[in-house]
Amino acid sequence: MSAPVLAARGLGVAIAGHRVCDRLDFTVQPGERWAILGRNGAGKTTLLHTVAGLRRPSAGAIELFGRPLDSLPRRDVARMRGILPQDNTDVFPATVLETVLVGRHPHLSRWQWEAARDIRIARDALAAADMAGTESRAIGTLSGGERRRVALAALLAQQPDLFLLDEPASHLDLAHQLALLDRLVSLVRSEGKGLVMVVHDVNLALRYCDHALLLAAGEALAGSADELLTPERLSELYGVPLRAVATDGARFLVPE
Amino acid sequence: MPRTFAVPALVLLAIAAAAFAVSLSTGTVAIDPASVLRALVAPGDETQRTIVRELRLPRAIAAFATGGCLALAGALLQVLLRNALADPYVLGVSGGAAAGALTMMLLGAFGWLVSAGAFGGAFASTVLVFGLARGSGPWSPMRLLLTGVVIAAGWGAVVALILSLAPEAQLRGMLFWLIGDLSAPPVAWSTLAVLGLALLAALPFARDLNALARGEAIAAALGVDVARLPWLLFALSALLTAVAVTTAGAIGFVGLIVPHAVRLAIGNDQRVLLPAATLAGGALLLIADTIARQIAAPAQLPAGVVTALVGVPVFIYLLRRTAAP
Repeated sequence: MSAPVLAARGLGVAIAGHRVCDRLDFTVQPGERWAILGRNGAGKTTLLHTVAGLRRPSAGAIELFGRPLDSLPRRDVARMRGILPQDNTDVFPATVLETVLVGRHPHLSRWQWEAARDIRIARDALAAADMAGTESRAIGTLSGGERRRVALAALLAQQPDLFLLDEPASHLDLAHQLALLDRLVSLVRSEGKGLVMVVHDVNLALRYCDHALLLAAGEALAGSADELLTPERLSELYGVPLRAVATDGARFLVPE
Repeated sequence: MPRTFAVPALVLLAIAAAAFAVSLSTGTVAIDPASVLRALVAPGDETQRTIVRELRLPRAIAAFATGGCLALAGALLQVLLRNALADPYVLGVSGGAAAGALTMMLLGAFGWLVSAGAFGGAFASTVLVFGLARGSGPWSPMRLLLTGVVIAAGWGAVVALILSLAPEAQLRGMLFWLIGDLSAPPVAWSTLAVLGLALLAALPFARDLNALARGEAIAAALGVDVARLPWLLFALSALLTAVAVTTAGAIGFVGLIVPHAVRLAIGNDQRVLLPAATLAGGALLLIADTIARQIAAPAQLPAGVVTALVGVPVFIYLLRRTAAP
């Protein structure tokens, strides 16, 4: 049995005196997809950044492939896990290809330039994000959804084993939400990678995730989707009555 | 290095070399470029040797190095603050230098004492901004920027106070210092040395800067040390600005516009942008200073005036060329 992609043990996360979670344990095994759900301000992004190693936990430990996160060199961590931030503003002009090539940073040594192989990886990543043919366009001329797809392509070019996504569906039209998440999830399943995503759409979580983390008032629940993504749990989480509707074997949650 | 960057590199080197040739051959006594070269490397006409080696070369070196320092400092600060409007003076370094230099002038000092005052003021301002911006909280570009802007405003008031107290006879010298003037550079080779060392110190981190330019979270996710890299950028840009201001006074425009112009021409890859902006900034100030020496000869204009007069049309041309569909 291979080591879990990500393991959190006794994890405590707090931001500005506000407790996000305390003594949280969860393990992301190869092929698993986890959804982080919670109300606005519950600390979903803070938790995602903490497991990414971008901020320190207030207690507990995080392991990537069985190795403590804080003992790994930065560059090694950057080859293991990648993050799609919630939002990003582009201050400086750049082409789409340049933007995606930044994702190759942890794979290159200090004086190494991107080689033909890196450019091929970046082009493939753009194609996977349905942005093929835009390589030389200026990032500033793209729409919000197109920029989101470029950011996703940069993450794919990074080739991490653990994908951490902060609201991956934001700015994307329905077709691209489904196409890109389909592609990402099948990559995670076929190559035994891991995925953790902050998501607001409970039906996207139901469709793509087999595990969930629910954040509510400083208490975090971790478990399987069957156990946690139920109308009862989510009605309580959001304070909105939800009920399950089944059609053609798929289950959806709709507000009453 | 990809071949696509070889052309702009060669063009910039050619422009810088041409600027040196023109600067060294023009003046009250015209000397043709071949004689300039002879005067530099071989014994020959004693008068020409003296003019080229002792008068024109130090001034040309000082102009080139100052322009390079300002452009490199601007390029680094724009990434550090992730603000396209950042220039070397936004963090109050030049304000401190101006207050220091003008205080020395007010006390009747001249020559290297004024330079020492400028460098001391720049250094004091850097330490002040660094200490205040660091505080106890986490690193934030906005906090650093605000601290710098406030400190710069404070120095502005000190400079205005000194100008209002100064006797009439000293005002002209003070104003020339504030506009930026290369007529009596106190140091030349040491400015060039600082420029070279700072560029060598920044280049190993150039690809990290590419990631940082995309945003701090993205850079951190890609393995960049976002806790320490900002302080390296801050230290380098403060040193470069302090040295530039000490050499030639507060020359404006170069630090803000040259990085932008180079970015418009060749893109934002810092591995190319940093050396290219350094060369372009040096060449621009050298050309501007050569024009400043010539245009109203025997009177000399402050180089800071000419940099803007030359730079504004060039920049508008680049901007329009890029903005056109």
